[in-house]
Amino acid sequence: MDNSKIGHHISEQFNKELEDIRNKVLIMGGLVERQIEQAIEAYTTGNMELAEQVIKQDNDVDLLEVSIDNECSQILALRQPTAFDLRLLIAVIKIIHEIERVGDKAEHIAEMAIKLSGSEKTHPHHELEHMSNLVKGMLHDALDAFARMSLEKVPEITSLDIKVDREYDSVLRQLITRMMEDPRNITRTLDVLWTVRALERIGDHACYICEHLVYMIQGENVRHLSQEELEKVVKLKR
Amino acid sequence: MSEQQARSHAIDMSSVLRAKSGRNEPNETCIKVENLNLFYGEKQALHGINMEMPKKKVTAYIGPSGCGKSTLLRCINRMNDLVDSAKIDGKILLNGENIYDKAVNVAALRRRVGMVFQKPNPFPKSIFENVAYGLRIQGINDKRILEETVENSLRGAALWDEMKDRLNDNALGMSGGQQQRLVIARAIAIEPEVLLLDEPASALDPISTLKIEELINELKEKYTIVIVTHNMQQAARVSDYTAFMYMGELIEMGTTSELFTNPVKKQTEDYITGRYG
Repeated sequence: MDNSKIGHHISEQFNKELEDIRNKVLIMGGLVERQIEQAIEAYTTGNMELAEQVIKQDNDVDLLEVSIDNECSQILALRQPTAFDLRLLIAVIKIIHEIERVGDKAEHIAEMAIKLSGSEKTHPHHELEHMSNLVKGMLHDALDAFARMSLEKVPEITSLDIKVDREYDSVLRQLITRMMEDPRNITRTLDVLWTVRALERIGDHACYICEHLVYMIQGENVRHLSQEELEKVVKLKR
Repeated sequence: MSEQQARSHAIDMSSVLRAKSGRNEPNETCIKVENLNLFYGEKQALHGINMEMPKKKVTAYIGPSGCGKSTLLRCINRMNDLVDSAKIDGKILLNGENIYDKAVNVAALRRRVGMVFQKPNPFPKSIFENVAYGLRIQGINDKRILEETVENSLRGAALWDEMKDRLNDNALGMSGGQQQRLVIARAIAIEPEVLLLDEPASALDPISTLKIEELINELKEKYTIVIVTHNMQQAARVSDYTAFMYMGELIEMGTTSELFTNPVKKQTEDYITGRYG
């Protein structure tokens, strides 16, 4: 399955509209990817300006979400799309919601960066490093799969979620230990916890994007399935 | 947990979910087409068609102009017998009985399989006489039976309330949408088993079209309906099953919801999404 899926309509205008939506989703995805990147950098380096920038950028993401949403409902109303076109629009409406939520998480991390930058820097932020790399990769690959309209990497991406969850549990354990060692750490450690939690959720959203992609490309609903079941469905049709 | 809470938790999800997939229950076949080939002179218009149409369901044929959907529809009540150059082989079974059998009386067959065309074709008679016509040629002249049948048929075609005070007016004075419903009333007056609709709404305005669609929805309680339409959205709205035809072949047939969201064949997908194949 390739990008030409979007084109080849008798109506050239319809091709353009779908292509436009696809491009906007990719722009939105790119924006959010950069947001996470910068939010984590702001968090680890204490760069307040960068954090402010991330928070400001969220506005653009929100505007894009609304605009894509409107375009999709316009097409649904005016063109009554069917088959792949219909599934594409339904999936896009859901995918941009996931992307927007990821943007919110990035904003959240940036807010934590601002909040934590005042406190003493006794704890390095290595606890986030591995996890943030993991989820950034997942999101990137999910958006890439959307751009290519290919399910090739989907099982791989969703399988990483287990790793993220494991990572989350181990960081959680560390943080609990830290809180028990010295109750004065609790407030700060809780803030770190919210950040870790935000990262974990980004991984979830990347998986949801993959699920919407399976619906879009194969027409099958793989939500709420286990990893093995999902792999079976994706393999079946590939 | 109190008893009341326990009860409120016991919502039977299966019934909620079943309501949506209710179309999947097994269906009795009403019309079965077996290996049907049709030639207009040298030219083959239908190529080895095999399909089954379930009882009391709406089956829609879609496809580009000249793909053979009207030809196939007309085979079901042997309208193609009227075309001199048409040659047919294969079978069409109506409730198990081959309608192309030599012993079949074509007039009797057409009583069982009613047909409505693209343009409404009422007779230049009164509304009452239009609907009563089928009974009169069967030799039924009892006034009470006629009146009863006319009323029931007009009600069945959602025309009674509009027309009950104008039964003696000339049918040609009705609007196009009313005429089309009158023709449907005339078709159902003789209580056929199957209704064939060939583009029944393509000459009508959107409101009349919706009325006809609503009517189809009601009629399927009693009749097996086969409809040919160029309007894919209409097929999607009114039918339970959809068959996509192309160049005289049946490409794909399935439940309407499946065919319009996730068709199996690429040709079907290209057609319903408006792509050039």
